[in-house]
Amino acid sequence: MILTLLIIWAFVGGMLAWISGRWSQLLPRVISLVTLAINMVVLIVMWVHYFGPSSPVPNGSYVIEVSHTWIPQLGISFHLALDGLSMLLIILTNFLGIMSVATSWNSIKVRVGFFHFNLLWIVASIMGVFLALDLFLFYFFWEMMLVPLYFLIAFWGYEKRVYASIKFFIFTQAGGLLMLLAILGLYFIHGRATGVYTFNYTQLLGTHMSESTATLLMLGFFAAFAVKLPVVPVHTWLPDAHTQAPTAGSVNLAGLVLKVGAYGMIRFMVPLFPKAALDFSGVAMGLAVASILYGAVVAFAQTDIKRLVAYTSVSHMGFVLLGIFAWNQLALEGAIMIMLAHAITTGALFMLCGDLSERMHTRDMEKMGGLWQTIPKMGAVGMFFAVASLGLPGLGNFVGEFLVVLGTFHANTTMAVVATLGLIVSAVYSLWMLQVAFQGPNVHGWKLPDMSRREAAIMGTMIAIIAWFGLYPQSVLSTARQSVDNLQQIVTTTKPAETQAPVDAPTLVIQDEGKTQ
Amino acid sequence: MTRGGWIDILPLIVLAATPVAVMIAVAVRRNMTVSTAITLIGLVASFAMLPIVRTQDNRQATALIVMDNYALFYIGLLLASTLILVFLSYRYLNSHPGNKDEYWILLLLATLGSCVLVASTHFASFFLGLEILSISLYALVGYNRTSAIGVEAAIKYLVLAAASTGFLLFGMALVYGEIGSMEFGQIASLHNALGDGERVFFLTGLGLMTVGIGFKLAVVPFHMWAPDVYQGAPAPVTAFIASVSKGGVFALLLRFFTQINFRADDSLFWIFFVIAVASMLAGNLLALMQNNVKRILAYSSIAHFGYLLVAFMASGNLRVTAVTLYLIAYFIASTGCFGVITVLSGPERDADRLEDYRGLFWTRPWLAAVFTGMLLSLAGIPLTAGFIGKFYLVAAGAQDSLWALIIILATASVISLFYYIRIIVTMYSRPEGEAETAPLPPMASPSEGVVLVATSLLALWLGIYPAALIHIIPSVIH
Repeated sequence: MILTLLIIWAFVGGMLAWISGRWSQLLPRVISLVTLAINMVVLIVMWVHYFGPSSPVPNGSYVIEVSHTWIPQLGISFHLALDGLSMLLIILTNFLGIMSVATSWNSIKVRVGFFHFNLLWIVASIMGVFLALDLFLFYFFWEMMLVPLYFLIAFWGYEKRVYASIKFFIFTQAGGLLMLLAILGLYFIHGRATGVYTFNYTQLLGTHMSESTATLLMLGFFAAFAVKLPVVPVHTWLPDAHTQAPTAGSVNLAGLVLKVGAYGMIRFMVPLFPKAALDFSGVAMGLAVASILYGAVVAFAQTDIKRLVAYTSVSHMGFVLLGIFAWNQLALEGAIMIMLAHAITTGALFMLCGDLSERMHTRDMEKMGGLWQTIPKMGAVGMFFAVASLGLPGLGNFVGEFLVVLGTFHANTTMAVVATLGLIVSAVYSLWMLQVAFQGPNVHGWKLPDMSRREAAIMGTMIAIIAWFGLYPQSVLSTARQSVDNLQQIVTTTKPAETQAPVDAPTLVIQDEGKTQ
Repeated sequence: MTRGGWIDILPLIVLAATPVAVMIAVAVRRNMTVSTAITLIGLVASFAMLPIVRTQDNRQATALIVMDNYALFYIGLLLASTLILVFLSYRYLNSHPGNKDEYWILLLLATLGSCVLVASTHFASFFLGLEILSISLYALVGYNRTSAIGVEAAIKYLVLAAASTGFLLFGMALVYGEIGSMEFGQIASLHNALGDGERVFFLTGLGLMTVGIGFKLAVVPFHMWAPDVYQGAPAPVTAFIASVSKGGVFALLLRFFTQINFRADDSLFWIFFVIAVASMLAGNLLALMQNNVKRILAYSSIAHFGYLLVAFMASGNLRVTAVTLYLIAYFIASTGCFGVITVLSGPERDADRLEDYRGLFWTRPWLAAVFTGMLLSLAGIPLTAGFIGKFYLVAAGAQDSLWALIIILATASVISLFYYIRIIVTMYSRPEGEAETAPLPPMASPSEGVVLVATSLLALWLGIYPAALIHIIPSVIH
């Protein structure tokens, strides 16, 4: 019940915000903030209650599960469930929602009500995606987030927003339709084999089918998730959409939409088609490494600071893909860690870009330079997130990338070695961005107002979280531990024991603390 | 004919009596309010007869007409759509010069034709229904006699429809020549016994009939009339063509070809395969090049009937539900779209240029919101009826493993996003500088408001909780 309420509450908040926009500019902001803050409080309480140090180990895979019949004729139910992985991701969703409201407090001035309506509907649908355990419901929420995101980019974006929004919409829609075909294929194969026609995820697990069918269906899912993630070569919507979106849109895209792709792979694609995914892992890892290197190299070639940050996402999400297809505990936990840390760092970097372009009315780095002298606080924050993004030890991104590379090393040494090169390039582009934008003489004579209190508060929160992820990752990883175990369990029980060996070997590295809880 | 037979066709009798009543009323005194009231009462009364018929045991009224559950359901659907269109037409008619009452007569006759179509089990009633529908439509399309493109569209429709009727008749004659019967049931049971030599003529006959039916549905390659007629006809009439006219013909197609089990025959399967693929792709691709909203919707309707053919060709048990659900979703969305167009249309011309919609969101946000919702429903986005409808179509295709068709369907719907989004973007883009002084677009009149609210609520309701309707469809139809 509580899960349904969380989603509905965000939808209702969005509608209230839209309506209230008729009377004032402030009211929609306040309503959105209050809506999300209430959600956030509930979620934190749930987190502590279900995943805190003293909470009991749940019996079953999910701590909360609700299911209502929805379209019984097709075996579709409104089935939501919460486990550690979903918990982390919906907290992240709400958190970034709040940050998006905060960061657009002054920068969005037209149609404020409608803006917040879209924002909250994105948050609500993405929460739905992270909680749905019915494939139809999953697809429903998956498609539902597109329209508000599209509006967000198309109406409040920068100069080439219409082009970027249409490109985004078409790419994701095309991927989504392929997933729909795969879902239906799975539905009928399962129905014919067992006589039970259902979209229920738990029942569909372990459906028997021929290898070629499984590969085809898995590719259908992969298409949708790869577009969202994004994986080279279907990443081309991303730089445009991220660059042209308003700051809140970029934060949501980078922080949440990309994670939806990764989540889909972890929750649905690999467990539903374990054998096919294993066979495909060589190709997928190759694509992952290509994304890591390509994204990093192209990022280095950008002059638009927002576009640069956008390309770094391609690179970082390559690590996530690598970790998912390595499919051992270390790599998966690393992938989850990157998902969280990347959402925060990249979100913060996009906010910084937004704040800069609001002040300077340009995103061209060649027109910047020497900004540290006029806006030292923003320079420092930029420094922090740039080094976080390049994977400085002690910060969240490092933990994630380290675990992924470590886990991948057991699964595929070559790929791990090549992927490490990406870390070097990421240092190059991050530091280069800092160098060009903030260091050096202030040749253009910029005199800009430094961070406001609101901006400082947002950035301070984000900095604290990244430092927390970096210094005490166990608090996050232990939440996800149980779900990672369950997912691996699903994969190993439905598939002959051929991948066992690399799974267990490295577990003693950091597993100790998780077991004591 | 027995007493039961008369009761069976009561809905059709009431529907046929209504235009007569309107005519008599007009002969006494021309009064728009009175004739509109008679029209509404007639439609509601005809609708009210449906439950009475449902209690009858023997529904084969005559050799020509069967009022089975399938027919009753579709008649109900067609009557309800027409009722909505009456509300939609009222303000539009009043704002145009010329006589108005005849419009209701023609509209009612056309609806009668469509209802006869869905109830027919015989070539004679099939043909009669189709002709009642078509002849009324010729006049309706050219109802704005002062509009040059309206008259052009009417003549184009007349000539092409007459030609296609020729094909249909020739096809019927060939089938009759080989089978010796014009009754669907007889044709279905006898055609399997045909020898190879006779079968050629039988199949040729069916092929020629497909030309005639395909013309009415405006599927590729018989779609040439659609854009011109959509553009030229008054907006409410276009809505009628898109919903009641095409819906009735499709219901007949489903009944006839299901009965003769066309899937058993490869050549028929491939004919429909080619038509479906061509309609989905050509419809959507050609729509990309239009700058006229009515023409865009015309091409989109070509594509939508291509989608429907996919489910029509699937042989599983989801088929009838999928087709019916999609037709309902399409009725709702296209009525909503043309509803918005009607609201914005003045006496000089219909608001059919893309430019007419520039910045609509900033001047008439509710109209723009309804239009957006309807376009998203046509595009098949969640929370709208169109999503559930499209999902069912794809499911019906997947059930029968028609993978090639549903992959093309998916590709085609991605293409279609371009032009739906284009209209939406136009509505939300800010008007140009000089447009500040332009007059505000008109508001919806109360009767038009009813239509827009009703279609929006229906689209949302089906998009969120379709189970109720999906539950009804099979139990009503089988």
